[in-house]
Amino acid sequence: MDVQAWTYLIVGITFALYIGIAIWSRAGSTKEFYVAGAGVPPLANGMATAADWMSAASFISMAGLISFMGYDGSIYLMGWTGGYVLLALLLAPYLRKFGKFTVPDFVGDRYYSNAARTVAVICAIFVSFTYVAGQMRGVGVVFSRFLEVPINTGILIGMGIVFFYAVLGGMKGITYTQVAQYCVLIFAYMVPAIFISMQIAGTPVPQIGFGSEAVDGGGYLLDKLDGLHQELGFAAYTNGSKPMIDVFFITFALMVGTAGLPHVIVRFFTVPKVRDARVSAGWALLFIALLYTTAPAVATFARYNLIQTVSNTQYAELPNWFKTWEGTGLIAWMDKNSDGAVQYVKGDAFQGKPEFTGQTGELGQRMLANEPVADNANELYIDRDIMVLANPEIAKLPAWVIALVAAGGLAAALSTAAGLLLVISSSVAHDLIKKQFNPDISEKSEVLIARISVAVAIMIAGYFGINPPGFVAQVVAFAFGLAASSFFPVIILGIFYKRMNKEGAIAGMLAGIVFTAAYIIYFKFVNPAANTPDNWLFGISPEGIGTLGMLINFAVSLIVSKITPAPPEDIQELVDSLRYPKGAGEASSH
Amino acid sequence: MEKGKLKEYWATNLKYLIGLLVVWFVVSYGFGIFLAEPLNAIRLGGFKLGFWFAQQGSIYIFVVLIFIYVTLMNSLDKKYDVHED
Repeated sequence: MDVQAWTYLIVGITFALYIGIAIWSRAGSTKEFYVAGAGVPPLANGMATAADWMSAASFISMAGLISFMGYDGSIYLMGWTGGYVLLALLLAPYLRKFGKFTVPDFVGDRYYSNAARTVAVICAIFVSFTYVAGQMRGVGVVFSRFLEVPINTGILIGMGIVFFYAVLGGMKGITYTQVAQYCVLIFAYMVPAIFISMQIAGTPVPQIGFGSEAVDGGGYLLDKLDGLHQELGFAAYTNGSKPMIDVFFITFALMVGTAGLPHVIVRFFTVPKVRDARVSAGWALLFIALLYTTAPAVATFARYNLIQTVSNTQYAELPNWFKTWEGTGLIAWMDKNSDGAVQYVKGDAFQGKPEFTGQTGELGQRMLANEPVADNANELYIDRDIMVLANPEIAKLPAWVIALVAAGGLAAALSTAAGLLLVISSSVAHDLIKKQFNPDISEKSEVLIARISVAVAIMIAGYFGINPPGFVAQVVAFAFGLAASSFFPVIILGIFYKRMNKEGAIAGMLAGIVFTAAYIIYFKFVNPAANTPDNWLFGISPEGIGTLGMLINFAVSLIVSKITPAPPEDIQELVDSLRYPKGAGEASSH
Repeated sequence: MEKGKLKEYWATNLKYLIGLLVVWFVVSYGFGIFLAEPLNAIRLGGFKLGFWFAQQGSIYIFVVLIFIYVTLMNSLDKKYDVHED
């Protein structure tokens, strides 16, 4: 069987599995729809959280980014895992004890204020849409590469699948689908990584392999890679080139942002007990760590392999995968010095993304219309996403492994999209309609409204996937920055500082958001030309500014709460009761 | 739960939190970022130590920290009789 047939087979089987699960676990009540009836075992919740959290970006793009950034890529590795420690220790058990459905619910009740609830709803919806647009695009890209359908058709298929299990099953359907999706995505990630580790480093454990000696001799892999990098004019792979302060601020913003993301937090409402919320954060991180400790190994192998294969090689002698991926426009070669060989050194080969003329050169390469960049000798353009997607082909793995990677990428994108869509729908149906406009609404109508809002949200997400606003990549910084500068301080103070009142919370959230949003909007949209380290505040990039926004939020909240009245007695008692596990069952019944 | 007992329980919880978060900070920001360069002089097989903490070590330690917290809190809950049935 060829790659195409395998892909149809494996993707088809996984989709049938997801739909079957959705039918088996369809939701009846609001409690089942929003929090899966709060009956998910912690181990399953850990897997679902891992799939929920690991998106198309983690699966497809992260290893590629690290591969090009080297040490600097650690911001993603530490940032996106370290947040779970904060979640497990500072948020999950208390929010589970509180026992409501959503994050805005907690904010609204703890701060006895619908204004606070509304600010939280807006943040939750904004963060979720930002994210979900990128996921739909990811689905489209994977489909178009592996099933050879247009990107838009791929997005429509993805919308249909998510529609089916999110609308029908709510959180319950999503949770058990995500368990299956985790198994698919981790298997799909590990299989090629293990094969490649054996080929390059001679050990089946990638985590050990990238610190081992290369099979082809010449010492440790990382040392050889450092050497190659320096020869070609790049910064040493294991040292990186970002200033330390920026690495610090970005890592912190990603950690705190992770702990503040509503679709991750809501997963801890779905387990039966406080004790389960604590341990399921541990399982979630363990399952995430499996992929996140493999990613830097994949990055190292892919980088080493790439440089060894293409650097100063005659185009005519390049392996097949190079030409396949040249066809998709993710890799391109411009023979600047007309020697027929690929020169790969630091710098851009040409300006912008490749624009092909439609003609082929005398060696068979696709000709480019782009303006060459003259001040360097580099001739190669490589899209970062290629590193994971092309890896199995680069390593000459069998066709079924390539098909498996396609299924894994789809599982990662679909599971995250579904989790985000549920946050949007519960924010609309529960926090806006039930809590603010129509408190007497029946449970049946509330579930119906929630289903309709999932459906509408899927349409909007699909629209953004098909017509991606140019700024999707830029706004990811937004999602994390906003989560870090709004939700995180407000929840932490709500639990750990009994004296915190609504005036402080609202002032803090607004100060944090306005500062963070203004900084990002200025450098990303208003004046992108000024987006250089010289102009940044204290040398902090827009990606890292959420950390400062968080500090501002904390400071403003504390000062304002000092000069305004203490919260009412019953709120202080509520905070006391959040702090120990006993009685969680009662708190969660509505 | 009576107020005095709750205070004690909470104080112990905070003590655990601070201890674990100090380790969290030291392995990631300390070893992985601020001290990465001097630590890179030490080797762990093919890894430079600072690089290893930034790309692998801190993640392993994060996982361990959460499970330590779970164990500590489960026994604290039992001691103060606030565990769930």
